[in-house]
Amino acid sequence: MDEFLIQLLNGLDRGAAYALIALGLTLIFGTLGVVNFAHGALFMIGAFCTVTMQRFLNLSQTVIDDTQKDFLGNPLEVEVPYVQSWFGEAAGLAIQDWSVMLAIFLTIPVMLLVGYVMERGLIRHFYSRPHADQILVTFGLAIIIGEIIKYFYGANPIQTPMPSAFLGTWDMGAAFGLEANSVAYPKWRLVYFFFSALIIAAVFAFLQFTTFGMVVRAGMADRETVGMLGIDIDRRFTIVFGIAACVAGLAGMMYTPILSPHYNIGMDFLVLSFVVVVVGGMGSLPGAVLSGFMLGILQSFASLKVVTNIVPGIDQIIIYLVAIIILLTRPRGLMGRKGVMED
Amino acid sequence: MLGLNSRDTKLLLLVIALVIFAPFLLNPFPTASNLGESFNAGYPALMQRFVIFGLLVIGFNLLFGLTGYLSFGHAAFLGVGSFAAVWMFKLLGYNVLPALVMSTIIAGIFSVMIGYVALRRSGIYFSILTLAFAQMMYSIAYSDLIGKFVGTPITNGETGLQVYASDPQVLQGANAPVLPHLFGLEMNSQTTLAMGGWEFTFQVGYYFAAFFLVLGFYLSIRIFRSPMGLMLRAIKSNQTRMSYTGLNSKPYMLAAFVISGMYAGLAGGLMAAMDPLTGAERMFWTASGEIVVMAILGGAGTLIGPVLGAGMIKYLENIVSKIQKDFLELWFAFLPDWLEAAVVNIIYPFVGKGWHLTLGVMFMLVIIYLPGGMVEGGQRITARFKRKKKTDAPDGAKTPAE
Repeated sequence: MDEFLIQLLNGLDRGAAYALIALGLTLIFGTLGVVNFAHGALFMIGAFCTVTMQRFLNLSQTVIDDTQKDFLGNPLEVEVPYVQSWFGEAAGLAIQDWSVMLAIFLTIPVMLLVGYVMERGLIRHFYSRPHADQILVTFGLAIIIGEIIKYFYGANPIQTPMPSAFLGTWDMGAAFGLEANSVAYPKWRLVYFFFSALIIAAVFAFLQFTTFGMVVRAGMADRETVGMLGIDIDRRFTIVFGIAACVAGLAGMMYTPILSPHYNIGMDFLVLSFVVVVVGGMGSLPGAVLSGFMLGILQSFASLKVVTNIVPGIDQIIIYLVAIIILLTRPRGLMGRKGVMED
Repeated sequence: MLGLNSRDTKLLLLVIALVIFAPFLLNPFPTASNLGESFNAGYPALMQRFVIFGLLVIGFNLLFGLTGYLSFGHAAFLGVGSFAAVWMFKLLGYNVLPALVMSTIIAGIFSVMIGYVALRRSGIYFSILTLAFAQMMYSIAYSDLIGKFVGTPITNGETGLQVYASDPQVLQGANAPVLPHLFGLEMNSQTTLAMGGWEFTFQVGYYFAAFFLVLGFYLSIRIFRSPMGLMLRAIKSNQTRMSYTGLNSKPYMLAAFVISGMYAGLAGGLMAAMDPLTGAERMFWTASGEIVVMAILGGAGTLIGPVLGAGMIKYLENIVSKIQKDFLELWFAFLPDWLEAAVVNIIYPFVGKGWHLTLGVMFMLVIIYLPGGMVEGGQRITARFKRKKKTDAPDGAKTPAE
C-alpha cells in the first residue's frame, strides 16, 4: 500500500513534466500544424535559464574584510556576491537560495523571445512545405541549440541546488493517517507537481476565458474562416508559439533540481513527449495533459516490485507498448479530433 | 548492361570506379605532409564507414526517397543486424557469410513486424511511431530485457556484445582465423603500396563491404526503374488518388519498408564483420537522425544522392573533428595578427569538438535553401553553365531529378 502511494506520487510528478512538454507541443501543433522537434531544446533553454540565473546571482566582487585577518595579520580578502553587498547579507543569501524560483523572471522573457524569433524567422517559411521538411528543419535547429549550449556551458551536467526550504522530504503518510515515515516524499517534487498543475490551469484558463484565447481556439478549428473575418490570426499564432515555448521553458526551469541540466537533456524528454502527444491525440490539449499524467503514472506503477518480478524491465518500455496498443485500437489517440492530421 | 539503360549503367560504373579507386582518390596529399594529415581520408577504417553508411542510406532512400515516408527509427534495424551478426560469430564461428545472411534476415523479420504496425499511419504519425519503436528497442537492448527473461545475456546491456573464447563457435575450424573472415580471408588483412611520398592501403574488409555497396546500389537502381518503384512514387505524389484507382498501397509500402530495413540489417552485419562487437548505442535515435541527415544532404529520392551524402558526412566528420586550434592558427598565419585572431575565434567553435554544430548548420541550410540536397545543387550549377554556353537552345538543359 505504501509503495503503491509512493509510486502514485512518482507518477504524478513524472506525468507533470510529460504533460507540460506535451501541452506546449500540442499548442504549436494545433495552431500552426508544425511538429516541433526543437521542443526539447526549448525545455533545455529553460533549464539553462536557471543555471544562468544562479551564476548571475553568484557573481562576486572581492572585498577587503577588516574584521578577519589571514595568518600574516593582513586584512582578509573575501569574495562577496553583489546581491549580498547590495541587499545586505541575509536578504542576499535568501535571494541566492531562491534562485531557481527567481529564474522565472529570466525564463519568461527569454522563452517568449526565442519562441517569437523561431516562429518569425524560421518556422513561418515552412508552413507550405511538407511535414517531413518541418520535422527536419526543427531537428536541425535542435542540434544547433544543443551545440551552442554545449559551447557555452560545457558538456557535463550542472548541479543546481533547490531552495533550502524545499530540501528533504515531506511525510505524506502522517498527513493521511498512516504510519509515520511510511510515505515520505521529496518536497521539491511536490512543488514541481503543483507548479505544473498551476501552469496547465493557467494555459487552459487563458484559452477558455479570454478573448484572445477564444480567437486562438477558433483559429485552431478553422484558420481560414477566422482569417476571412478580418482577424490577423498569424500574429496571434506567433504569440501562441511564444507561450508554448514559455511552457516548455518553465517546465525545464523547475526541473533542474531534480535532474542536473546538460546539453542533451531536451532530446531525452522529446521522444517521450511525442509519444505522449500521439497517445493523447494530436491537436487535443486535454488529451495531451491526460495522457501525460496517465503514462507517467503507468510508468511508475510498472516499476513496482510486484510487477517487475513478473516482467522484468517492463517499466522502461511500457510507455511505448501502450502507445502502440492505443494507436492500433484508437488511431486518433485518446481524445484526437476528427480531421486533424488524418493522413 | 544488366538490364539498365545507358544512363544508369554509367552511374553504376561511376560508383564502381569510385569505390575501387577510393584508396587513391581519398589520399590526394603525401602521407607525411601537413595537408595529408589533415585532409587524407584513405585509410581502411574510414573507407569502411563510407561504404557501410552508403549502403545504409541507399536502403533508407528506398523508403524515404521513393515514398516520402520519413522513418526516424532506422538505426534500430542497423543495431538488430549487428547483434544478429555478433551472435552468429558467437554460435557458429568467425565466417562472415552466415553472419551477414542472418543479420539481413533478422532485420527483415523485425521490419515486417514494425512496418506492419507503423504503416497503419502515415505522415507525422509514421515518423513518431518508428521513433517510438526504435527507442523501445534501444531500451530493450540497453538494459538487456530479453536477456533477463531468457536468463543469458542477449544484448549484454551497457557492456555491449562481443565474442568470448568460451563461446561454442561450432563451425569454427581448428586453424581458422579468430577474427571475422571469409573462408579464411581475414577482413582486416591489408597490403600497402608506397609510391613516392604516398602510401595507399588496400584492405580486404573494405573491398568486401564495397562489393555489397555496389550490389545494393545496383538493386536500388533496379527498384527505382521497376513497376514497383513507380508505385512507390505514386504513393509519394498522391496516396489517396492511388487508392481511388483501386490499387492497394499497403503491400507496396510494407515491401519498401522491409527492403529498406534489410539494407540496414546488412549494413549492421557488415559493421560487426569489420569489428566483431556491438552495443545498444548504435540504435539510439540520434543515430537514426544521422541517417536522415545523410539522405537529405546527398539528395533524397535520387540514386546517387545517398552515397554522396553518406560519404560527405563521414568525410567531413573525420576532417572537421580533427582540426585543432593550432591548425587554424597555422592556416591563417598569413593574415595580419588581429584579423587572424578574429578569424580563428569565429571558426574555432565549428571545428574539433564543435563538429555537430557545423553539421547542424549545414543540415539546416540544405533543408532551407536546397531541399534536393547536393544532387540538386549540382544540377543547378550545371544548368547555369549550360544556359551560358548555348543561350539559343530550347529548354533542353532540364534533366529529370535523378
